[in-house]
Amino acid sequence: MSALLIYIPGDAAAVAVGADEVAAAIKAAAARSRTPVTIVRNGSRGMHWLEPMLEIATDKGRTAYGPVELADVESVFAAMLAGGAEHKLRIGVPEQHPFLKTQTRLTFARCGIVDPRSLEDYRARDGYKGLAEALGNPAAIVEAITQSGLRGRGGAGFPTGIKWKTVADAKADRKYIVCNADEGDSGTFADRMIMEGDPFVLIEGMTIAGIAVAATKGFIYIRSEYPHAIATMNDAIRIARRAGMLGSRVAGSDFAFELEVRAGAGAYVCGEETALLESLEGKRGLVRAKPPLPAHKGLFGKPTVINNVLSLATVPIVLEKGAAFYKDFGMGRSRGTMPIQLAGNIKYPGLYETAFGVTLGELVDGVGGGTATGRPVRAVQVGGPLGAYFPRSLFNVPFDYEAFAKADGLIGHGGIVVFDDTVDMAKQARFAMEFCAVESCGKCTPCRIGSTRGVETVDKIINGEEPEKNLATLADLCNTMKFGSLCALGGFTPYPVVSAMTHFPEDFKSARQLQAAE
Amino acid sequence: MPLHPPWDAETARAIIADKQSMPGALLPILHALLEEFGYIDREAEPLIADILNLSRAEVHGVVTFYHDFRQKPAGRHVLKLCRAESCQARGSDALAAQAESRLGVTFGDTTADGRVTLEPVYCLGLCSVSPSAMLDGRIVGRLDAEKLDALVAETDR
Repeated sequence: MSALLIYIPGDAAAVAVGADEVAAAIKAAAARSRTPVTIVRNGSRGMHWLEPMLEIATDKGRTAYGPVELADVESVFAAMLAGGAEHKLRIGVPEQHPFLKTQTRLTFARCGIVDPRSLEDYRARDGYKGLAEALGNPAAIVEAITQSGLRGRGGAGFPTGIKWKTVADAKADRKYIVCNADEGDSGTFADRMIMEGDPFVLIEGMTIAGIAVAATKGFIYIRSEYPHAIATMNDAIRIARRAGMLGSRVAGSDFAFELEVRAGAGAYVCGEETALLESLEGKRGLVRAKPPLPAHKGLFGKPTVINNVLSLATVPIVLEKGAAFYKDFGMGRSRGTMPIQLAGNIKYPGLYETAFGVTLGELVDGVGGGTATGRPVRAVQVGGPLGAYFPRSLFNVPFDYEAFAKADGLIGHGGIVVFDDTVDMAKQARFAMEFCAVESCGKCTPCRIGSTRGVETVDKIINGEEPEKNLATLADLCNTMKFGSLCALGGFTPYPVVSAMTHFPEDFKSARQLQAAE
Repeated sequence: MPLHPPWDAETARAIIADKQSMPGALLPILHALLEEFGYIDREAEPLIADILNLSRAEVHGVVTFYHDFRQKPAGRHVLKLCRAESCQARGSDALAAQAESRLGVTFGDTTADGRVTLEPVYCLGLCSVSPSAMLDGRIVGRLDAEKLDALVAETDR
């Protein structure tokens, strides 16, 4: 009898809810019944309310069970042993689950399916086909990325191809590829999932970038809050190097490319690309004034491609399937797919990759199933701590860079945080300012001082001190920060504040005022 | 929780020298010192400055800029609670208050007996299993009052 093949996610979200303990218990149960098992610690499929979600490989494909707690292990293992039999936690074929079935998985094509530490798995699922295309015609890489319409998935939405072309055209003795894996936005975890679930796709994407612009060294800057991602990436880099997919002759070609992981140190502002470069150079994470652009003078003063994890992890499929294939998805100037992350008070939290154009309401009420608490959805923050709060009346806005900008918001890195009707929006506005004050690098005045004044002003409003005057002051302060700050930290902090004031004005009337009005 | 050895300049010098040739060596050096000693001793700053040929002010600036590089030893355990929006939406503020009252400290402080340091963290990327926490590097999701009390009890051991 061949060994049972059981998948138990090693993704941090699964580990945080007991996947390691469940894996140990499965091993023990197998030993007791003298059943040979092979346990693969895969990434997560992204249905996080079902984690830990275990899968058994059967001759009819995989069968999933979840969420599996320690007390369920015996009975789930028995069901698995019976060839994926019925059980109260049985989900069936994961791909047939509505949450997965309605997705378009391009960037996340392999995540949750493969063993993240197996190059064989990676290749068996179309891995390194993009690199093969790239090596076949290196001169065409930049054009393919440009034609695909891929835009920076970190939040800024800058066309990736233009960035690459600028670096490719720059003359220098040395160039760098830098991956921004400083995923600090609350409500986002897509970068972490890719690095933990399909690290080779990021390595492949960075390698292709290196070939495209003639860079031979890449850095992946991962936040220190992600120890699992750091460990998986380091393992994957070692494996790729041993297999000749990194090093002086990538895949036997004349191209050299080397990769190194660097850990952040708990500064949110280092997610800003120039602050990240400063940090990589061993300095304080102070934002640089632009120009010069990193594409001209980036890391150590050399031309540098700096892209988000998701942008780089999307490169291989663009090369493999062609620019037209990728461009076919999406709407307007937002082409392709976006890995959207559903979080906060939501019934079905997780990773949902879909073509641009889906509305906010479809995501929150439809895919997400409304709140986990069962109370009405009141506010939805899109795009992290610098993103706007949306009320239900804006649920018809399609997920698209331009449409969100028109609605005075941003899609950012694709995080959606849902709040029910117990949320106090004045408190959320205060938090936005407070967060900015804590994390400001201090280089420019609007951000450094404005955020602290912002906290004070919101406090006055909450306490009912001259509310009209202070609301006007807060609006004015937000305007100054938005247009006067050096980077998105100070520049975008007004989004959550102003959107809270605009869409939820009742929360900015203090208890004292409300009493007076009665 | 690994017990850290007391500050030792010779060990520190070896750690610094080991990484000094890395491009942008300062953060990797500070991370290595943090791992060894559990904090960045004030005496490390002139050592690093000397070996990397930087001013002491530059090194001090970097040490104090980043939240990770604590400048005095933490308690025997470090409990981090996520205070960011996704966890707020699932009731993390109440859990934060509970942690403070159970431990008798405010965020950023260590209990008087040196047992545990309570720290805020702004996102562990576990937003889909909010609220979340980290005890001595071990991550915990779907935190509730009961689980939090269990974590606090663990620090008694």
